[in-house]
Amino acid sequence: MSPNALILPLLVPLSAGIAMVFARRSRVAQRWIAMAAAALLVFISFRLAEAVYQNGILSLNLGGWPAPFGIVLVADMLSALLVLASSIVLITCLIYAFGALEERHEHHYVYPFLLFLVCGVHGSFLTGDAFNLFVFFEVMLISSYVLLSLGGRRIQLRESIKYVAINMVASPLFVIAIAYLYALTGTLNMAHLAERVAEAGQDGLLTTVSLLFLIVFGIKAALFLFVWLPGSYSAAPAPIAAIFAALLTKVGIYAILRFFTLIFPHEPQVTHTAMIWLGAATMILGALGAVSHWGIRRILAYNVIVSVGFIVFAIGMAGADALAGALYYLLHDMIAKALLFILGGAIIQIAGTDRLRDIAGLIRYRPLLGWLFLLAVLSVAGIPPLSGFVGKFMILEAGVRHGQYAVAAVGLLTSLLVLYSLMKVFVQSFWGETFLTESEAFFTGKGFHAPALILAFLTAAMGLAANGVLPYISAAVDVMANPELYIRAVLGGS
Amino acid sequence: METFLIIVCGVLFGCGTYMLLSRQVLKIIFGAALFTHAAHLLLLAMGGLKKGAPPLLGEEAGAYADPIPQALILTSIVISFALTAFMLVLAYRTYAETGMSDLEQMKGLEYEP
Repeated sequence: MSPNALILPLLVPLSAGIAMVFARRSRVAQRWIAMAAAALLVFISFRLAEAVYQNGILSLNLGGWPAPFGIVLVADMLSALLVLASSIVLITCLIYAFGALEERHEHHYVYPFLLFLVCGVHGSFLTGDAFNLFVFFEVMLISSYVLLSLGGRRIQLRESIKYVAINMVASPLFVIAIAYLYALTGTLNMAHLAERVAEAGQDGLLTTVSLLFLIVFGIKAALFLFVWLPGSYSAAPAPIAAIFAALLTKVGIYAILRFFTLIFPHEPQVTHTAMIWLGAATMILGALGAVSHWGIRRILAYNVIVSVGFIVFAIGMAGADALAGALYYLLHDMIAKALLFILGGAIIQIAGTDRLRDIAGLIRYRPLLGWLFLLAVLSVAGIPPLSGFVGKFMILEAGVRHGQYAVAAVGLLTSLLVLYSLMKVFVQSFWGETFLTESEAFFTGKGFHAPALILAFLTAAMGLAANGVLPYISAAVDVMANPELYIRAVLGGS
Repeated sequence: METFLIIVCGVLFGCGTYMLLSRQVLKIIFGAALFTHAAHLLLLAMGGLKKGAPPLLGEEAGAYADPIPQALILTSIVISFALTAFMLVLAYRTYAETGMSDLEQMKGLEYEP
């Protein structure tokens, strides 16, 4: 695979999205274009992951400008795996959206914006330039604003205002952090930055700038500053909430992972300790929110926050074992959260309400939905043999090995609370006397079967066949633990 | 000159933050816009205000201006322009839909399935 193929994960969704704008009137054409683009993306990202695994890091100098001067796209194993997972999430959420979205959504560019969103996500994963990362963040965020407010229900409008406002503060902070970084190092290419920071030493000024980056990415990833998340994720329509939950916060986590393994790994007492404690606080607050709410949407949204805290805790420990656990859990979480939100959306659509106290006995007419939901719950809570178990086990084992007993205990305790909060959803909505009549039992909640089955299969397979996944994870961790590999692949030479 | 720019940045950041803390949606939007402009100025000041010929156009000048901060600011201005426009439309639509332009009032909006 030539390095030129690196542009494809951006080019395919972008051009398909533009093509769909011209096919606005035809829902069928839009769906076909969206599906074709998503299938192509899955194929390309499989090939990309395989190529990176075989041949090492690929890097593409855009416009032919040599590395530190132009913008580069870089695919190491970390980027390639995340691109693959987000392509899979895109195709399943699209299939779900075909059945679950209202017609007026489909006439108002929902598919183009889903693809633009994924273009931004893939761009963030693949870019090797700090400012370009900001641009792709914005591509992703602007699409997410449109998707969140599309439909114009009052609650959506209110939550959109909050969501846009908080990001309008976070984005200038990102620009400010980049400005300081440029002033201190004179470059924005990530590999070049890593080289210069390593040469000059990470002094107090650079560490402060790195903390500013941590705050910026923390806002986007819902790390500690998560007040915006539960409201906005529960206001969006179900398929859109599923893709938000699976992708948006993960891009923030990826940025933390990339910056603090490549550019700023030299002062772990400051930055990484901050990450560990922020992660612990996020886990606790998220779990308390999940336990205390009685609306399905809110419970699921708080669960997103808990997993963010857990992954950032693992990143904060910074050893190869912890990073492997963090990456594995990140991939698991993308799949599992998409599954959970798709099933939650199906429950809400069938029941016609989001309040748990008004739902009962769905299992009578919807056994498959019930069992899939239970599977998703067990996977998120980390019950073997599903994928959540492997990730949690790796992270907690690393936690004990690094002497972080307190935070590891917090991790275990919050998994228990997560299990409780989700079992509450399961028990309340599936057990008991059914409240649906036979005539109304089968009309609503269509379209979740295929995507949910695909995702459930993936989460089970990632757990059962973990040995097949782990070589790829360790290839990714190898680059994270040895930044020279990345620097050499991008800048060439010694 | 840099010092002067930094002071202007500080004033803009202060005004932006003050307006962001208000409850009126319109003030929040203008506050965020001020905040963004301050960030752009900061980017310019941090890049260093070097005097020199435009880069790439010739090879004989003794000193060249640094094009990177300007390229970054240009990109960022375009993004913040689009964002502000979107936010204004969103605020207008919310006002048309609910008759509210005050975040405190909107607290009571409930979920409609």
